[in-house]
Amino acid sequence: MTLALVRRGIVYLLLSIAAFVSIFPFYWMVVGASNTSADIIRGKTSLGSALLTNATAFFTQVDAVRIFWNSGVIAVVATVLTLAISSLAGYGFEMFRSRVRERIFGFLLLLLSVPFAAMMVPLFVMFSQAKLVNTFAAVILPTVASIFIIFYFRQTTKAFPTELRDAAKIDGLKEWQIFLFVYLPVMRSTYAAATIIVFMANWNNYLWPLVVLQTAENKTITLILSGLTAAYTPDYGLILFGTVLATLPTILIFFLLQRRFVEGMLGAVK
Amino acid sequence: MAQARLARREHITGWAFIAPALILLGLFMIYPIVWSLWMSFQVGKGMNLSFGGFANIVRLTKDPVFLRALGNTFTFFIFQVPIMIVLALLFAVALNDATLKFRGFFRTAIFLPCATSLIAYSTVFKSMFAIDGVVNQTLMALHIIGGPISWLGDPFWAKVLIIMAITWRWTGYNMIFYLAALQNIDRSIYEAARIDGVPAWARFWYITIPMLKPVILFTTVISTIGTLQLFDEVANLTAGTGGPSDSTLTLSLYIYNLTFKFMPSFGYSATVSWVIVVLVGILSFLQFLVARDRKPS
Repeated sequence: MTLALVRRGIVYLLLSIAAFVSIFPFYWMVVGASNTSADIIRGKTSLGSALLTNATAFFTQVDAVRIFWNSGVIAVVATVLTLAISSLAGYGFEMFRSRVRERIFGFLLLLLSVPFAAMMVPLFVMFSQAKLVNTFAAVILPTVASIFIIFYFRQTTKAFPTELRDAAKIDGLKEWQIFLFVYLPVMRSTYAAATIIVFMANWNNYLWPLVVLQTAENKTITLILSGLTAAYTPDYGLILFGTVLATLPTILIFFLLQRRFVEGMLGAVK
Repeated sequence: MAQARLARREHITGWAFIAPALILLGLFMIYPIVWSLWMSFQVGKGMNLSFGGFANIVRLTKDPVFLRALGNTFTFFIFQVPIMIVLALLFAVALNDATLKFRGFFRTAIFLPCATSLIAYSTVFKSMFAIDGVVNQTLMALHIIGGPISWLGDPFWAKVLIIMAITWRWTGYNMIFYLAALQNIDRSIYEAARIDGVPAWARFWYITIPMLKPVILFTTVISTIGTLQLFDEVANLTAGTGGPSDSTLTLSLYIYNLTFKFMPSFGYSATVSWVIVVLVGILSFLQFLVARDRKPS
């Protein structure tokens, strides 16, 4: 009995440590936004009075409206296009099976393991030849047909009731109408989950935007933050204030849609 | 006849649904991959490239910076992936116990790091691990270390910091996969084992692990790909240098530097990127082999 109690106690202790370690950086980020840079690197863990100074410094150094607008436009446009293109493909692969298309699908899954670094250089050369460097199109286009999201939609389409499609066909609906008016409404929770994954990935994307976005006024908040951090003596008060702002949208999505968030991540392994 | 026409139309519609994705993938993925394979046999600076055969591969073996980056990437992989997978498994098993209190809180807390961007959290970590920063002070107050550790200035501790940072960000992510898989295991198997007097560790080792094998394989392959491509965190924590003295330089960071920082040598950087492709292939294959061998018959 006592052994079981001790064991239970250890489990609680370890989980509490893990929870503390997981949450502390969030607390640190928020508290840091109110402290001076000197206090932050001295490890001050209580709220300070420099919040306004940090905010003013951030908004004078960074054209925040513009930068968040850039991040927002890129993330929203990329998300809408990715969902459209990739869900069409997922539906197509699952509903219209043929040997050739199965082969193609298998080949695409294989491509999933090719790291982005292997495409980066040719992609950059392609976009510079097309004079598209430093445009949002260059950031968005390579991300739109996502093999992972196609795979995700194909997996979840397996659960889509085929009777619905058959009934709609008897009613004389064309395939694109079935997709738009039957499939899409039925699968809205799949779309919601995919929206979260894709939005987060685009909002947080770093390497490719770093390569193609070159002038300050086109940069995303992720690029700006990393630029500020790379300074010889970074102003951590200002940076942590910006980090809070940049993390806010994703944390909000996380708490509002926690269930969907988890579903979205799991959809692919079911 | 009508049947055949219907089948034919189905066939065409099938292609129509996947065509936009295939065109985009062909243009922005397959074409660049093939091109980069071709590029990896080219030598020269900037766009002045000529065919060099295996010159780039020979250069790889003599390039100390590349060998360093390869070693570092491997070090991150060897230490980080197992630590994270084991932690995620332990947390998942602990949280799968229905009698545990505050399960929801623990789960949300451990999963929360996934909601941050790689750049945001590495910035936060950089400020926490400053020489007089909160981590050193806490460790000194707890008498774990005598003097402050130079996390970003010491080649060994910089690697430790990066391993800790990635583990912080991704453990909860993997845990969620295990939690979902655990919920699919029939409880009666555990009950039967318990009644037969099988101790807890043996239930974990002989029931949980084999049942979770496919998910563990999936997360290990995903983590391998992620770690071998490591870029954001290292770039941000070390201001893009992979310092101190290349001790945290990863293959991806080296590729970026070869392409955009130094005299651009596209051919050579393409060769380095194919090293990652080959490594991912070999390691994934090995993981499949290991998972297959231990499968209970």
